[in-house]
Amino acid sequence: MTIHFQRELEKIKKMLLSLGAMVEERVRMAIKAVESRDANLAKKIIKSDYEIDEFEVELEEECLKILALYQPVAVDLRFLITVIKINNDLERIGDEAVNIAERVCIISKRKRLDIAFDYSLMAEKSEYMLKKSLDALVNMDVDLALRVCTLDDEVDNMLNKAYDVVKQAIGEHPDRISYLINLLLVSRHLERIADHATNIAEEVTYLIEGEIIRHREH
Amino acid sequence: MFKNSNSVQNRRKLLQFIMFGFFKMSAAINGIALLIIFYFLVSRGWRAITWTFLTQPPIDSMTRGGILPCIVGTVCLSLGAIIVAIPIGVASAIYLNEYAFQGRILRIIRLGISNLAGVPSIVFGLFGLAFFVVYLKMGVSILAGALTLGVLTLPVIIGTTEEALRAVPKTYREASLGLGATKWQTIYRVVLPAALPGILTGGILGLSRAAGETAPIMFTAAVFFTPSLPSSVFDEIMALPYHIYVLATAGTNIEATRHLQYGTALVLIVLVLGLNLMAIIYRARLQKQH
Amino acid sequence: MEKSLKIAIKELNFFYRDFKALTDVSLDVYAHEVTAFIGPSGCGKSTLLRCLNRMNDLISYIRIKGSIFLDDQNIYDPGMDVVSLRRRIGMVFQKPNPFPKSVFENVAYGLRVNGIKDKAYIAQQVETSLKAAALWDEVKDRIHESALGLSGGQQQRLCIARAMAVQPDVLLMDEPCSALDPIATQKIEELIHKLKKTYTIIIVTHNMQQAARVSDITAFFYLGKLIETDETDAIFTRPKLKQTEDYITGRFG
Ligand SMILES: Nc1ncnc2c1ncn2[C@@H]1O[C@H](COP(=O)(O)OP(=O)(O)O)[C@@H](O)[C@H]1O
Ligand SMILES: [Mg+2]
Repeated sequence: MTIHFQRELEKIKKMLLSLGAMVEERVRMAIKAVESRDANLAKKIIKSDYEIDEFEVELEEECLKILALYQPVAVDLRFLITVIKINNDLERIGDEAVNIAERVCIISKRKRLDIAFDYSLMAEKSEYMLKKSLDALVNMDVDLALRVCTLDDEVDNMLNKAYDVVKQAIGEHPDRISYLINLLLVSRHLERIADHATNIAEEVTYLIEGEIIRHREH
Repeated sequence: MFKNSNSVQNRRKLLQFIMFGFFKMSAAINGIALLIIFYFLVSRGWRAITWTFLTQPPIDSMTRGGILPCIVGTVCLSLGAIIVAIPIGVASAIYLNEYAFQGRILRIIRLGISNLAGVPSIVFGLFGLAFFVVYLKMGVSILAGALTLGVLTLPVIIGTTEEALRAVPKTYREASLGLGATKWQTIYRVVLPAALPGILTGGILGLSRAAGETAPIMFTAAVFFTPSLPSSVFDEIMALPYHIYVLATAGTNIEATRHLQYGTALVLIVLVLGLNLMAIIYRARLQKQH
Repeated sequence: MEKSLKIAIKELNFFYRDFKALTDVSLDVYAHEVTAFIGPSGCGKSTLLRCLNRMNDLISYIRIKGSIFLDDQNIYDPGMDVVSLRRRIGMVFQKPNPFPKSVFENVAYGLRVNGIKDKAYIAQQVETSLKAAALWDEVKDRIHESALGLSGGQQQRLCIARAMAVQPDVLLMDEPCSALDPIATQKIEELIHKLKKTYTIIIVTHNMQQAARVSDITAFFYLGKLIETDETDAIFTRPKLKQTEDYITGRFG
């Protein structure tokens, strides 16, 4: 029975990693779409979001099945609970990618206006956090997970910076308010992605150490 | 892996068939032997069984009349033996099984007891003669005979009682002790009642053995002939097995009393079987209660 | 509520002849808590449990070092009265073992052997115990019939009632549900929850979920040693030691 159980856990782990890879891919595409104001790419992201949703449901059902059949405890229990939560976070990140894509659809129809804010840097950071949080899960690496958590503040600061920059730009281009708000929202979505990545890192820490570190200062 | 499974299967079935057949036959031989003995006795002895036979003392040098004193004697002797042997036997078994330190000495005692069971009964007879009759000055009497038979049946009773005590689940004892009962309370209130059917079996076996023995009473209790029934435990007595022995070997007219011999044997067997039956029924009722 | 220490096992070592069944076991058991002993077969759970009411004394070839304090009294003191100790520490066994007597006599047994003769008191105590064991309604019409006619689960609750009738402080249960079906098991578990208000309960179980459900404290034993003891929810969500985790997640050996 344990061999069977171990196999099930392996399967869950693989599914989670594929979901992680899918979501990472969306985020990368979304960032590219922002940089190139590419409406087609954005539409592709929006249209294919159902794949992630379906995958999320499938993975959750798989976890529930194992919980019911094997009633795991200790590390196995923590693993499954963590998977369920990370699953949820990943799906939300996918949603954020869609949100970004929607912003891109809107602004791509207008004349391009660049502001003094480096989206690629923020995007890179968020994507990095997502990637590292998944790495921490794969390698059961607490240190890495904790490092991801500390990066969250940097991304938060970037959002504040974007707010200031957009505010200033609105003063300069009062006729482009809606365009600029959409740009601000993009940074807001990126910040949300970083938040979810932080959640994942926290959940990985719980999985490994058995202590819930959420809602704590890092 | 299961190649040839058909032929293997068949071989195994055949073997099973042969073994079962063998067991069945062995069991049948037992039953048939009993039936033959019974048939033999009934066919030759039934003519002797009359009311007079059962209720009158023998007359005419035991060539006619009845066997009442023998019946009474055998009943007295075997009951006496059991009355002596059960308390002592059960007490010893309780001591051996429940109290004594389970070690080397105990094993030697047990060995002694089981050897005692194998001692020829004539030796018991001689022992009874020397010890009860002569040394304790009981004379040839029911008392001496019953005591001798009692000693003879002791190993049987100790053995079966120990068996019965061992068969009482350990959990009964533990449950009782766990409730704050002392060892004696546990034995008296739980172990003995649960072992009673088994102890009774020992009693039955002892009783049957005592009723059928000739040698131990030959020197200690039984006499050739006495027309009167005993009035006290110090009286001599006639007994069925001894009576048969006397008629068959030392009677005045051995051939003429053949049917009386078979009749007496039949009475003895019916008596023993009857006693057994009674005890078996009682035992079954006890077991049903639990 | 202030926790109060009921049983303190100190440096206990236990031998069957030359075989060391328990090594340096030290454990505190608190009043009105359920303490569960878990661990693979043969790790000494039953042995330890049976040390607590000195049931092991029945075996001639044992040796014990160390001490066990029940309310500050060392139960292995030479002057200890084992019979009255066993009255204070009730025991329920793996297989239901009612006496071949009536339901009533089973429960009354402990009272009778402890010298209680007052019929009215016995009858009342029998009823109270059967009610406490959640068995009264099922047996009140057949109280004078043989206990062996009850179902396995009923028999086990009868054994619990029997143990409770003498009003012990502590109840020891050695795999009390291992011979029972899930429904009967559930009833016993509910009973344990209810009883811990009155008693201090120690339960040996092979059923991990059961330990998780009924106990406050779990102690994990392996090869005669106490490996880890902690609050049950901690043991089952984040045990401190790898060995414990391997055992409860079924990755043993
Ligand atoms: N009466 C006994 N005599 C000798 N060894 C025993 C006896 N009872 C138990 N043992 C041994 O002691 C060890 C612990 O047994 P036990 O306490 O029954 O384990 P558990 O209850 O954890 O399964 C086992 O290895 C077992 O073989
Ligand atoms: Mg055990």
